[in-house]
Amino acid sequence: MQAVEVSHVVKSFADKVAVDDLSFAVNQGELFGLIGPNGAGKTTTIRMMMDIIKPDSGEVTVFGEKFGETTLNKLGYLPEERGLYKKLKVLDSITYLASLKGMDRRPAEEKAGELLERTGMSYTRNMKIEEMSKGMGQIIQFIVTIVHDPQLVILDEPFSGLDPVNTELLKEICIDLKNQGKAVILSAHQMNQVEELCDRILMVNNGRAVLYGDLSEIKSNYKGNSVLLDVEGEPGDLPGVAEKRAHKGYVELVLDGKTTPQQLLERLVSSGKVVNRFEMATPSLNEIFLKEVGKNKK
Amino acid sequence: MTLIVPVLALLAIGIVQLVSVIIEPAEVETTTIGYVDEIGGFEQYTVQDPIELVRYPTQDEATAALLADDVSEYFVISASYTSTGLVNRYTLEKQLEPPPGIQSAIKRFLTSNILTGKVPENTIQLVEAPLYLTTTRLTETGAVATEQGGYENLIIPAIFSLLLALSLNFFAGYMVQGLGEEKESRLIEVLLSSVTTRQLLVGKVLGLGVAGLVQVAVWLVSLPLLLNLASSTFGGFFSTIQIPGNFIILGIVYFILGYLLFAALSAGVGAVSPNAREGVQLSLIYSMFAIVPLWFSSLLMIFPKSWIWTVLSIFPVTAPVEVMLRLGVSEIPAWEMAVSLVLLVLSIIGVLALSTRIFRVYLLMYGKRPALGEVLRNIRSE
Repeated sequence: MQAVEVSHVVKSFADKVAVDDLSFAVNQGELFGLIGPNGAGKTTTIRMMMDIIKPDSGEVTVFGEKFGETTLNKLGYLPEERGLYKKLKVLDSITYLASLKGMDRRPAEEKAGELLERTGMSYTRNMKIEEMSKGMGQIIQFIVTIVHDPQLVILDEPFSGLDPVNTELLKEICIDLKNQGKAVILSAHQMNQVEELCDRILMVNNGRAVLYGDLSEIKSNYKGNSVLLDVEGEPGDLPGVAEKRAHKGYVELVLDGKTTPQQLLERLVSSGKVVNRFEMATPSLNEIFLKEVGKNKK
Repeated sequence: MTLIVPVLALLAIGIVQLVSVIIEPAEVETTTIGYVDEIGGFEQYTVQDPIELVRYPTQDEATAALLADDVSEYFVISASYTSTGLVNRYTLEKQLEPPPGIQSAIKRFLTSNILTGKVPENTIQLVEAPLYLTTTRLTETGAVATEQGGYENLIIPAIFSLLLALSLNFFAGYMVQGLGEEKESRLIEVLLSSVTTRQLLVGKVLGLGVAGLVQVAVWLVSLPLLLNLASSTFGGFFSTIQIPGNFIILGIVYFILGYLLFAALSAGVGAVSPNAREGVQLSLIYSMFAIVPLWFSSLLMIFPKSWIWTVLSIFPVTAPVEVMLRLGVSEIPAWEMAVSLVLLVLSIIGVLALSTRIFRVYLLMYGKRPALGEVLRNIRSE
């Protein structure tokens, strides 16, 4: 059974179509990336998945069922626009919001204690939210999202405002959640984070799906006919290379279409060059993103 | 606020009791005023407690006595008094009009002197005594009605309606402020990931409703006890205070309905306001209506039968406070009460439905407050 299935969802606001015939599914036990430029319709899509706003048409099912009141308890949602009661203490904040998810106080306190321990935030349990830094608040907010052991976790820009140490910590927890068989949807601007964590992605632009599927397949589809090379000394003129682009520490060689990378490597080795690096150039997700979004802008 | 009102009342009773034990009643000071009798014959009854009258043969002497501070003022019974009734008064004080005590003392002095020897003494007393009028209200069957009216009947509804108006304002502000703060601190979407918009709205409305009900219950239960205590302390007026029939039941009903209406209105306003401050400002528009019946309460006492009170009793936002006030002043026809209640309930349902839509559309919109036209357009397309 899929964790979420969104099929042919459309949502318009007064003056624009925010989501236009979008379909995708997220499996249990996977980390799914939802990416797209600002205003692409990511948050609207997430809000429809959370039943916070209703689609004009199309359907969303969560764990094979239409949205009901009990569905909310299976979900953990970290919205992009997030906050906590400023005057409330950390532990009270976590247990109160856990109680809204149907958790009793005692187990909520225990779980909150565990998560505070894991994130190194135990010392903050009696601090008021207003006394904390933004980054600390983010961690507490993340704990609130997962304290009730949700089966589907939706994280909208979870890394914004976090320092590198806490970013790594959050990534670790995300991977743990995935390994526990939970579905995690990650919506982010930082492509490197998505690239590092996600198995599959959906790229949206102007409310429509631009790319959808397995990340490695998508990347191999975008694989160009070029190799990255680092040799001792100058590579010199190489037959079969149409263009040479110098980068720091390596050169990118664009092949002419008749030559395969294998042939180029053989030529290099036979010419006696010492090869430190020879790599097929696969574009980063960021490059694919820029390419796709740029194409749409044109 | 819930406990403060009964506690303050208790404190007031205690202070009065304490003061009455400590302080002995002060002696009333006698005032001396002069008069000049241009007709003659006004010589008796010169002591009109607490005013003493001293006769001066001429106006010059009277003026000299006034300037020497022997008298606080003097009056001249003019030669034409018997035909014109004219009496000239002279004083050093700047006044709007003669003090009522002085007026009635002069009147009694003049009447007594005119009538003396012509009618029996008790007739003079009867003429001078103020009107002693008692009213008894009868029912349609001619029996003495249990509810007699009068100020004794007004005092509790008046206090209650004032407290009701204050609490409606207080809670409307509280609701809008709460929502505004949740919007400002970006908590709304976190909450909406755990509860539906309807649950959030109904929860807030019911939460405030129950808080209001506890408040009114505490006030109403403490009322008879406080009255008992007050009448044993003050006696007099307080022992005659009555609570109008149906008042307690209607008080609770209007309190709850008033709360629900104001909470529903505040939910809508809270949802469209980008922050707590703007929300509270907007809420003043309808909160003010709860106060309107109090502005006109003195007119209600003078003209209790005006159609204006019917309108205010039916208009949902003014109805709770107006009906409470009117219960103390006059009878409210059954049809008016029925229309008032039905309209109030319908408006709660309507506003709640509208607020739910506004909630869905605007709760997650931050930034500028939308214009009214935009709100209407959006809830129609929602």
